[in-house]
Amino acid sequence: MLTKRIIPCLDIKDGKTVKGVNFVELRDAGDPVELAKLYAEQGADELVFLDITATVEKRKTLVELVSRVAAELNIPFTVGGGISSKEDVSALLAAGADKISINSSAVKNPDLINELALEFGSQCVVVAIDTRNIDGKDIVHTHGGRTPTNLETRAWAREVVARGAGEILLTSMDHDGTKAGFANKLTAELSAELAVPIIASGGAGTMPHFKDVFTTGKADAALAASIFHFKEIGIPDLKGYLKEEGIAMRLNNVK
Amino acid sequence: MYLAHLMNIAIVKYNAGNVRSVTYALQRLGIEPCISDDAEVLHAADKVIFPGVGEASTAMAYLKQRGLDKLIPALQQPVLGVCLGLQLMCRHSEENNTPCLGIFDVDVKRFPPKDKVPHMGWNRVEKMQGPLFEGLSQEAYLYYVHSYYAEESRYTIASTEYILPYSASLHKDNFYALQAHPEKSGKDGEKILENFLKL
Repeated sequence: MLTKRIIPCLDIKDGKTVKGVNFVELRDAGDPVELAKLYAEQGADELVFLDITATVEKRKTLVELVSRVAAELNIPFTVGGGISSKEDVSALLAAGADKISINSSAVKNPDLINELALEFGSQCVVVAIDTRNIDGKDIVHTHGGRTPTNLETRAWAREVVARGAGEILLTSMDHDGTKAGFANKLTAELSAELAVPIIASGGAGTMPHFKDVFTTGKADAALAASIFHFKEIGIPDLKGYLKEEGIAMRLNNVK
Repeated sequence: MYLAHLMNIAIVKYNAGNVRSVTYALQRLGIEPCISDDAEVLHAADKVIFPGVGEASTAMAYLKQRGLDKLIPALQQPVLGVCLGLQLMCRHSEENNTPCLGIFDVDVKRFPPKDKVPHMGWNRVEKMQGPLFEGLSQEAYLYYVHSYYAEESRYTIASTEYILPYSASLHKDNFYALQAHPEKSGKDGEKILENFLKL
C-alpha cells in the first residue's frame, strides 16, 4: 500500500536553514545538509528545500547546496524558491534535485508549467500554491504569501494540473504559523478533484493534526517545518502514532 | 568481505534524468562508477547499471542512435535496470507505443486511472525472491515515481501493489531490473544496490 508521506521543509536563506512564523520572523535552525541527513535517518519520507527569500530578493537557489544535499541524502528532495526558467530547473536537476517547485513564476507565466513538464516530465514539477481566504474566497497569493492575485485557488489548482504539474504543494497562509491544524477542507476538495498528489502545508502543531490532514483532508503528504526544527514533534514518534491510528506509514528502513 | 572500491561499475550514459543520483548513491557505497555509452567501456565493466527517468520513446530513440539498443541486450555481466530502465528492458511500452529492448518478454502498460497517476511515494515490496533482496525485512519500502508498469510474469522476482499488483523487480539470466529508485529509497535501497554489487 502506498504510504502517506511526512515531509520536513527546510527554509533556506543564505545557505542556512530558517523558519519564519508566517514567513516574517526568521530564526536560524542549523546547517541544511546536516539537518537533512538527520531527518532522513529519523524516517522523513522526502524533504523540501525552499529558498524563501529568493522570490522577494530575486535570488537564485544555490545549485551548490543542492549538489551537497544530493551527495549526502538517500531520500528524494524538492527544491523551490526563485525558480523562473527552464535553465534554472535544468541546473537544479543536474545538480541532483529530484523535483523542483515553482510558485510566483507559475502565476506570472503559466506556460512555464507546460514547458517544464514537457522538457523534464511532470513527475519533477511541483507547483506550490499559497492560499489565503479573503472575504470567504480562497485566493492565490505570491511572494511568500504577501501579494494577493486575482486567481481563485481551486481554479488555479485545476489549471496547473491541466498544464502538467505533477504535484501540488498547498500552503494555507491562514493556518501557517498558527499550529492550529491544517486547512483540511480545502485540501480534501483539491485532493478529491485532482489526479495528482497534494502536499498539505501550514498549521501543523500536534500529532492529531497530521492524522486529520490524512483522513479528513485526504492529503497524500504533509509538510511542516518549525515543529520538526525545534523538536516539538519527533518524526519517529509522529510516524509511530499515525501507524497506530491506521494511517499507511513507512516505519522501518530508516536506520 | 567484498572490495567495493576495486569494482569496475559502469552506468549507461544516455538522456536519462537520474544518472547523477545513481552516481551519488554508488559513491555513498564507496564506488566511483564510470558513466559511458562506449561499447568497449560497457563490455569491460564488472557490472552495468541502466538507469532511467523520462519518456520511453525519446529514450529508445537515443539508445538506437548510439547503438545501445543492440549493445545492452548482448551484455554478459550482471546488469541492473532502474525505473524507466526496467521498462525499456521489456518488449513494448504503451508510453507512445514504443517497441523496447525485449530482454524481458513482458509488456509495459499505463496504470488504469482508478487512483492518482503517477504512482508516487513509498510502497511495500512483496514476494521478494533471490539475492537482490537478501537482508531486506519483509516490510521493505521503496520509493516509486512512475505512470507505467510491467505486468507480473515468470520473470517477476518481487511485486508491488498500486491499483493492481505489478512487477517491482524482474530477473532473467544476468539481467535484473527494479521499478523503484534504489538510489532514493533509504537504507533498503542501499541494501539492494549493495546486493547487486555482490552478485
